[in-house]
Amino acid sequence: MGRYIVRRLLIAIPVFFGITLLSFLIMNMAPGNPVDMLINPNTPKEMLELKKELLGLNDPLHVQYLKWLGGFLQGELGYSFSSFAPVSQLIGERIGPTLLLASASLLLGILIAIPAGIISAVHQNSRLDYMMTALSFLGTSIPPFFLGLGLIYVMGIELGWLPTGGMTTLGGTGGIGDIILHMILPVTVLGVTIAGKKVRYVRASMLDVLQQDYLRTARAKGLSEFMVTNKHALRNALIPIITVVGAEIPLLLGGSIIMEQVFQWPGIGQLTMEAILSRDYPTLMGLNLIAACIVLSMNLVTDILYATVDPRITYS
Amino acid sequence: MGQLLEVERLQVAFRTDQGELISVDEVSFELGAGETIAIVGESGCGKSVTSLSIMGLLGAHGSVKQGDIRFNGETLTDSSKDQLRRLRGSDIAMIFQEPMSSLNPVIPIGEQIEESVRLHLKLPRKEAKALAVEMLGKVGIPRPEAISKEYPHALSGGMRQRVMIAMALVCQPKLLIADEPTTALDVTIQAQILELMKQLQAESGAAILLVTHDLGVVAEMADQVIVMYAGQVVEATDVYTLFRAPQHPYTQALLKSIPRLDEHNRARLPAIPGAVPSLQQMPAGCRFHPRCPAASERCEQEQPQLMSAGEGHRVRCWIAASAEQERVDYAAVEATA
Repeated sequence: MGRYIVRRLLIAIPVFFGITLLSFLIMNMAPGNPVDMLINPNTPKEMLELKKELLGLNDPLHVQYLKWLGGFLQGELGYSFSSFAPVSQLIGERIGPTLLLASASLLLGILIAIPAGIISAVHQNSRLDYMMTALSFLGTSIPPFFLGLGLIYVMGIELGWLPTGGMTTLGGTGGIGDIILHMILPVTVLGVTIAGKKVRYVRASMLDVLQQDYLRTARAKGLSEFMVTNKHALRNALIPIITVVGAEIPLLLGGSIIMEQVFQWPGIGQLTMEAILSRDYPTLMGLNLIAACIVLSMNLVTDILYATVDPRITYS
Repeated sequence: MGQLLEVERLQVAFRTDQGELISVDEVSFELGAGETIAIVGESGCGKSVTSLSIMGLLGAHGSVKQGDIRFNGETLTDSSKDQLRRLRGSDIAMIFQEPMSSLNPVIPIGEQIEESVRLHLKLPRKEAKALAVEMLGKVGIPRPEAISKEYPHALSGGMRQRVMIAMALVCQPKLLIADEPTTALDVTIQAQILELMKQLQAESGAAILLVTHDLGVVAEMADQVIVMYAGQVVEATDVYTLFRAPQHPYTQALLKSIPRLDEHNRARLPAIPGAVPSLQQMPAGCRFHPRCPAASERCEQEQPQLMSAGEGHRVRCWIAASAEQERVDYAAVEATA
């Protein structure tokens, strides 16, 4: 197992550089440049050229990339073009809230999807099953931003029970309770969307396992239906679910860009949006880097978990 | 004195999209403590359904419609689900046909045996573990301590069937139901498994209900045999009579279709013409009559009951019954003369 992890990490290195190169090229292909976004349109052309020269934007692309790479290898991600703060500091401030939001949503999604999927499969073709299926389609089909806006309107504005956005109350004393209160709406929206998709997988996987001979053996032992379903069947049904949940994580990061806009959540999703709009190249590169790290490491974690849960799979 | 297991006029029905199907009908037999009874028949004749109905494991769509199953004086067909569940794995245990798929792939085998022990014998974890390892040793698993930590995929089919046997016998059941225990195994392994079952039966005094289509296994293991055809018992007798003087034309045909090494002619092996009727289209009269070489008009119209054909020998056949009747009459005439 140790050797497998080392090998996977080594393979990840070229993939990682490939990602940075590709995102660098695509970013530069986008129309407009940071200087146009930065400066008053009445600024004389010579001044703009000077600024471009200063930021290194007149260098050939490969020189720009190698300069960035050189900086990165020395642990230096550069400075934001728009706020002039170090990129590492910008990301450092924003990554925490995003990870908090994403992991809470994923957890909620799984906590809904697994029991709902089990109930659906155990009572296959019953009314309960049809109801779960309908709810899951609803959860999948409603665009998250729409559900988000609807919930903000009802819970935040009409009823006034929950804050409409942000992570803490402005001017408030803060504290964990305050953050949790702010998390309820965005986590619900993301969680429901994830659960809607995952319920189908859990149901299908469970239905497959419920047909297996070893469940008859478990019943022949005199185990209760509860044990048969939740110990013998679930352990097997979860194996394919792990892959599906692992594949959800990159989507979750992408989805947070929109969700963080809707809920004014101060995470990297919002930072990404701002950086794209202002063509803030160093910040965008830093964000790509973080996203690549998260996705690559989550893939590895998924594969390792897979082998841990399924004894038939070994890595060497 | 009641027997350990009494099955009386059992009828099992399954709900399907095409309505209710009677899968097993009029099945009766008795099994005493320590005895072995074999249920023989072709695929789909209701052997497995009969054994599963004793376990109460017919699934969501199947149910015992008529008849009684009595175990140790308790009527299982009236018992609640919980009562049945307490009997399963403790007093009645079962081993299945497919050792490859009958063990849970993600739970170590030792733990799968312990589960039963902790549930029924209420032993603490440590003692349950020790008992599981001991049982694995008894069924001939080498290095039982180490193997108990293995997952099923690490074991061969024969070893897995040994594990299944260990799991079934660990709570010392009074009745072991073995549904085609050797069908999926190599011939040499088959002999080992049968030998093991016999040896463990001698030690524990458990009764065995053996479901099989292999007459060789029957000859090896059984005291009593019931032959099933199309969901019904067609002949019931002790194993010697079955092989020496089978009465039902179906049993006779089955015995003839076994290849024999001592026959030198190269004639084709006799096969039974036709196929087992489907549950939806049972023939009227005797269910075997379309395939029976000796069928008469009566066989086409009237369904025969299971009738006595000598001491402890019952057969569901008009022809065999009338022959027996003649014999009895003749004996009576002889006695009066």
